[in-house]
Amino acid sequence: MPTIELDGVSHAYDNRRVLDDVSVTLTEHRIGVVGANGSGKSTLARLLNGLVHPSSGSVRVDGLDPVTQGREVRRLVGFCFTDPDAQIVMPTVAEDLAFGLRRHRLSREETAERVEEWLGFAGLAAHRDHPAHLLSGGQKQLLALAAVLITRPEIVVMDEPTTLLDLANARRVAERVAGLPQQVVLVTHQLDLLAPFDRVLVVDRGHVVADAAPAEAVSTYRQLMEGR
Amino acid sequence: MRTTLGLYRPGTSVLHRLPAGAKLATLVVAGVVSIFLRTPWSVGGALVVTLALYAAAGLGPLVLWRQVRPLLWLLVVLAAFHLLVSGWQRAVVVVGVILVLVLLAALVTLTTRTTELVDVVVRVARPLRRIGVDPERVGLLLGLGIRSVPVVVGLAGEVREAQLARGLGSSPRAFAVPLLVRTLRHADRLGDALAARGVDD
Repeated sequence: MPTIELDGVSHAYDNRRVLDDVSVTLTEHRIGVVGANGSGKSTLARLLNGLVHPSSGSVRVDGLDPVTQGREVRRLVGFCFTDPDAQIVMPTVAEDLAFGLRRHRLSREETAERVEEWLGFAGLAAHRDHPAHLLSGGQKQLLALAAVLITRPEIVVMDEPTTLLDLANARRVAERVAGLPQQVVLVTHQLDLLAPFDRVLVVDRGHVVADAAPAEAVSTYRQLMEGR
Repeated sequence: MRTTLGLYRPGTSVLHRLPAGAKLATLVVAGVVSIFLRTPWSVGGALVVTLALYAAAGLGPLVLWRQVRPLLWLLVVLAAFHLLVSGWQRAVVVVGVILVLVLLAALVTLTTRTTELVDVVVRVARPLRRIGVDPERVGLLLGLGIRSVPVVVGLAGEVREAQLARGLGSSPRAFAVPLLVRTLRHADRLGDALAARGVDD
């Protein structure tokens, strides 16, 4: 698995510090991140593909700096957001999948082949020419995930991908995520999704306050929230 | 609120199989020719041809109506204005020409995949690279423009529902401000998603 290193990373929006001197090295296959709203966990995720730059400290993803080597990092790191509607760029399902491959300069046949493969992954083969905005929430999130995976990233960062979904759809997305060979960094409020993970970070007020196996980290997080 | 306004509808008609470039070029020619339509009869003829093209593409009256419906108020206001100012013949010509051009433009997007349209625009914009224009970005603008229609219609529906739920009646301000805010917020998130997908690289 690639190594993700955060060394003394802080980040502030205007004068509001949301991450404060965070240092972690992530090498596991499945890494979970939990925390209250506004705790800094989404900012931490966004640092990993250069959507956000650290105010101080450094980030390295497989040895690459997302600030100066953004293009290379984004080829390595796929990012899946909470709201699939904001991720779908093209009007129809198959076109949205193909969109991510435009910058890869693949042949028409290779693009079509990959689109077929990932339509199957998302269970959307029968919807290839359907308007993407008419899909259900779960189907949209699976499309968004497939649109990320079609470019074959080595790391997948997901920022609360199941927050807007019902239980059945959240389970569908979780099942697909569970089967991914890539390194996965999952930011979530759904603690049960983290049970099979290798490592979970608890972020609170800009600090990593727990870094442990899922059961222990989740227990720490629950205690933290009950005390508020 | 969900709309399929102007979105590609799969099919096997001659119009579906025509190259996207040919359809776009024809649309441009139609726009130029429309300047010379000066009588109700000529506009009527253009409308008949347009309706025949819809039929040839296998697109029924319901699809046609969906393209016209959002324009209805504009057409009514324009018709009323020209009836008062320049007579019924001018009113028919102005409203008819707009109707024909909008229907033809919708016919292009209804029978052509957005990717094919984007490819044509990227090809056409390629010479502009010399003056610093990125052709891929021009193509992306077109794709996003088409994609944004249902998004903004959906946001407008949500705002309208929230407005009714809060008993704000039909206040234009209570509708326009939140719609603008939501649209900008969507644009912001879309920008992040595009950056994450390496569009800016």
